[in-house]
Amino acid sequence: MIDNISWLAIYPEIVLLVMTCVIALVDLGVKSPQRTATYVLSMLTLAVVAVLQGVYASSGNTFYGFGNMVVSDAMGNWLKCFATVAMMVTLVYSRPYAADRSMLRGGEMFVLAMFSLLGMFIMIGGNNFLIIYLGLELLTLSGYALVGMRRDNAVATEAAMKYFVLGAMASGFLLYGLSMLYGATGSLDIGEVFKAIDSGQLRHQVLVFGVVFIVAGLAFKLGAVPFHMWVPDVYQGAPTAVTLMIAGAPKFAAFAIVIRLLVDGLLPLARDWQQMLAVLAIGSLLVGNLAAIAQTNLKRMLAYSTIAQMGFVLLGLMSGVVSGHVDASTAEAAYAASMFYIVTYVLTTLATFGVILLLAREGFESEEIADMAGLNQRSPLYAGVLAVCLFSLAGIPPLVGFYAKLAVLQALLASGQTAYIAMAVFAVLMSLIGAFYYLRVVKVMYFDEPLTATTVSAPLDVRMVLTLNGALVLILGILPGGLMSLCADAIMRSLAS
Amino acid sequence: MGLLSLAIWTPIAFGALLLAFGSDKHAGAVRWLALIGALIGFAVTLPLYEGFKLGTAAMQFVEKAVWIEGFNIHYHLGVDGISFWFVPLTAFITVIVVIASWESITERVYQYMGAFLILSGLMIGVFASLDGMLFYVFFEATLIPMYLIIGIWGGPNKIYAAFKFFLYTLLGSLLMLVALIYLYNQSSGSFDIATWHQLPLSRTAQTLLFFAFFAAFAVKVPMWPVHTWLPDVHVEAPTGGSAVLAAIMLKLGAYGFLRFSLPIAPDASREWAWLMIALSLIAVIYVGLVAMVQKDMKKLVAYSSVAHMGFVTLGFFIFNGLGVSGGIVQMIAHGFVSAAMFLSIGVLYDRVHSRDIAAYGGVVNTMPKFSAYVLLFTMANCGLPGTAGFVGEWMVILGAVQANFWVGLLAATALIWGAAYSLWMFKRVYLGPVGNANVRALLDIGSREFFVMALLAIAVLYMGLYPRPFTDVMDASVAELLRHVALSKLN
Repeated sequence: MIDNISWLAIYPEIVLLVMTCVIALVDLGVKSPQRTATYVLSMLTLAVVAVLQGVYASSGNTFYGFGNMVVSDAMGNWLKCFATVAMMVTLVYSRPYAADRSMLRGGEMFVLAMFSLLGMFIMIGGNNFLIIYLGLELLTLSGYALVGMRRDNAVATEAAMKYFVLGAMASGFLLYGLSMLYGATGSLDIGEVFKAIDSGQLRHQVLVFGVVFIVAGLAFKLGAVPFHMWVPDVYQGAPTAVTLMIAGAPKFAAFAIVIRLLVDGLLPLARDWQQMLAVLAIGSLLVGNLAAIAQTNLKRMLAYSTIAQMGFVLLGLMSGVVSGHVDASTAEAAYAASMFYIVTYVLTTLATFGVILLLAREGFESEEIADMAGLNQRSPLYAGVLAVCLFSLAGIPPLVGFYAKLAVLQALLASGQTAYIAMAVFAVLMSLIGAFYYLRVVKVMYFDEPLTATTVSAPLDVRMVLTLNGALVLILGILPGGLMSLCADAIMRSLAS
Repeated sequence: MGLLSLAIWTPIAFGALLLAFGSDKHAGAVRWLALIGALIGFAVTLPLYEGFKLGTAAMQFVEKAVWIEGFNIHYHLGVDGISFWFVPLTAFITVIVVIASWESITERVYQYMGAFLILSGLMIGVFASLDGMLFYVFFEATLIPMYLIIGIWGGPNKIYAAFKFFLYTLLGSLLMLVALIYLYNQSSGSFDIATWHQLPLSRTAQTLLFFAFFAAFAVKVPMWPVHTWLPDVHVEAPTGGSAVLAAIMLKLGAYGFLRFSLPIAPDASREWAWLMIALSLIAVIYVGLVAMVQKDMKKLVAYSSVAHMGFVTLGFFIFNGLGVSGGIVQMIAHGFVSAAMFLSIGVLYDRVHSRDIAAYGGVVNTMPKFSAYVLLFTMANCGLPGTAGFVGEWMVILGAVQANFWVGLLAATALIWGAAYSLWMFKRVYLGPVGNANVRALLDIGSREFFVMALLAIAVLYMGLYPRPFTDVMDASVAELLRHVALSKLN
C-alpha cells in the first residue's frame, strides 16, 4: 500500500515522466525540421515542472516517501528547480545549433534531455543507495546517447565511447563502494547507514575501504583530478549543445549526491573523506588552472576551467567539519557556500556556452579561441555577455562568481586552522593563474581584429534568454544576498531534518 | 538617495546607458551625452563641500543599508577629511578626460566614454566605502574597465600592458581579500572598517595583515620595487587612460594605507615604518634619477609619478601631522599635475604620433599658447612655490625633518631631481629652434584643448596659492588618525 505522501514526494517526477513519453509519441507526427511542436511542448512541460519544484522548495518542508526511499527537502527541491531551468535554457540555446547539424531529424534530443533530467531528479531526491545509483544510471545513459547522437561524426563518436567506458568504470567504483557499506552496515537507507556508523561499533577499516571507492566514483562524476581525464575530451568532442547538457544541469545532481552520500550518510567518517577531498581539490585547482593556459580550443579550455572550479566546490565541501568535530553552523555555512558556488557556476556556464553555440554556424564550429576574434566589433551584446561570464568565472567583482569564491574562502578561513588558511591562500593564487586564461579570451574578443565581418544573428528566443542570462550574472553580482540566503536556508532546513 | 550614492551612481548610470544604447553611428551624440553625464556627476559632488563640517573627524554624509545579509555586509558610505577631496577630484578629472578625448578617440566612442564614466563611479565608490567588502568590490571592479581601455585604445604594445596591469594588481588585491576575510572572522563577523580599527590584534596577526595590505596597496601606488608595471602601462594606455590612472587610480593605493594599514595594524605600521620610509626614499631618489634618462615622454612622466607617490608614502610613515597632511595634499596636487602632464603629451601625440623626446624640439615656436601651459605644469611637476606641486612636497619635507633630519635631507633632494628631469624634458621638447618638419607643421591648440588646459591650470595655481581649503578639511581627521596610530592594539 503506497500512501499519499509517497505520491506527493515524486509528483513532479511523475509529471515529467508521463509528459516525456507523450512528447516522444507526439514527436512521431511532427514534420517541421526545427521540431517546433516538440520544442514548445518540452518547454511547457519543463516550465510546469520547474514551477512545481519551486513551490515544493519554497514551502521548505521535508518529507519522505516510499518507505524512506526518496526524500523531498528544500535543498533537493531547489536543486531540481534550478536543474529544470538550466535544462530549459540549454534547450533554447541548443535548438538552432542542433537543427543545423541534422540532430533534429527525430525528437530524440528533447526526449533524451528530459530523461536525463528525470535521472537528475531521482539522484537529487534519492535517500537510498540504490535509488541514487538508478538515477545516476538514467542520467549517464541518456548522456552517452546524446554525446553519440551525431553518428557520422568521428570525434563525437570517440567522445561518446570515452564517456561511456570511463563513466561505466566510475559507476562501478561507486557501486562497489556502496556495496562495501551495505555489507558493513546492513542497510541501503542513508539514514540507517548514518546511525549504524555513528554508533561506532562497526569496523572502521571496512567503512573507510567503502568510502575510498565512493569518493573515487563521485570524483569521476564531478571531474576532479586525478579522475578528470574524460572531461576535456568529452567537452571538446561532444556536439557543443550536448557539452552544455553535460556541463550545466547535471552539476546540480552531482552536488546533491555528494551531500546525500558524504554528509547525510557518512558524516561520522568526515575525517576520512575530508582528506581525500582536500587532495582532490588541490589537484583540481592546480591541474585545471595550469592545463587551461595551454589550450587553444575554447571548449577544452572551459573543460579545464570546470575542473578548477570543481576544486573550489570541493574546498567548500571539505571545510564543513573542523578536526572531526561537527558543528552545525560551520557545516551549514560551508555546504551553503558550495551550493551557491554550483548555482553560480552553472548560471555562468550556460551563458558562456550559449554564446559559443550562437557563433557556430552551419558547417562551422566556433570553438577555437581564435574564432572569437573581434567579437566586440561584430556584436557588442554577445561579446559583453561572454566577457561578463568570463570575468565572473575568474572571480572578479562585481560579478556573481566573486561571491561564490568569497563564500568558499570564508568557509575555509572561519575554521581558523592553519592548514585551511594555507589552502585558502593557495586557492587564491590559483585563481590569479585562472584570471590569465579567462582574460586571454576577453583579449581576443575585444583587442583583436575580427577575421570575418559576418554579423551575428540569433532567433528571438535565444537572444532574449541569452541577454537575460548575462544580465543575471551581473545583477546577482550586484545583489547576491537573496540567492545566498536561499542556499543557506535550503541547506539549513535539509540538514536539520 | 544620499549625495555620495548620487556621486557614485550618476556616472555609472550614464556609462551603462552609453554602453547599452550607444553606437558608432551616433558618435557625436555619444560624446555630448558622456559630457552631460560627467558634468552632472561633478555637479552632485559640489554640495558635499558646502555641507562638509570642519573640525570633526567623524564620518559625514553617512549612508548605511544591509547589502548581503548572510555575511553581514553593508552598503555603508561616508567620507571624512582624508577621503573627502578625492570624490570631487575624481569627478573633475572625468570631465577633463571626456573633453580631452573628444576628437582623439574615433573608434567605438560609446564604449570608451561608457568605460570612463563607469570607472569614475567605481573609484568614487572606493573612496566612499566604509565597509571592507564594499571597498574591495569597488577596488577590484575598477580593473575591468581599465583593462578594456588599455587593451582596446592603447598603443602598439597594448596587450602586454593590459595583462601586466590586470594581473599585477590582481595578485596584490587577492592577498588583501584573504586579509579582509581574516579580519571578518577575528571581529566575529563584521566587515565594518571602523570596527576593525578598534580590534585588538596580536603582533603576528598585525604583521601578516600589514604585509597583505602592503601587497595590494604598494602595487597600486606603486612603490619601488613593485612599480615596474606603471611605465609599461602608461606608455601604452590612451591619453585619457594615462590621465585617470595617474591622477586617481594610484591614489586608491595610497588611500588604502591610510584607511586600512595604519589604523588596523598600528603596531606593525610603526615597526615596519623604516622599511616603508626606505622604499619611499628609493622611489624619490632612484626613480627620480631613472626618470631623467628616459627617451619617451610618457615614460618619463610615469617614473616621475612613482617618485611623487614616494613622497606620499614617505609622508604617511613619518607619523606626524605635517607628513600625513602633506602626503594627502600631494595626492590631490599630483592628481591635477599628472593629469595635465599626460594630457599635454596627448596633445602632441595626437598631432605627431610620437612620444619620443627626440622627435620634437622648438615646439614653442609653433605652439606658443600650448607651450605656456606646459611650462606651468612642468613647474608644478618640479614643485615650484606657488603651484600645487610645491605645497605637499614642502609639508612632507618639513615633517620628515621634524622626524629625522637625514630623512628630510634625502627627501629634499627630490626637488633637485624633479627640476632636473622636468625642465630638461621641457628644454628638449619645447625650447630651441624648430626641430623638424613635423614640428614646423604643428597647429596650436584649439579652443577645446585650451579650455581643458585652462581648467587644470586654474586648479594647479589655486591649490598652490591658497591651499587652506584643502588642509582645513583634513586637519581633524589626520589628527584623529595619528592619535589612533600612536595607541598600541596589542593585547
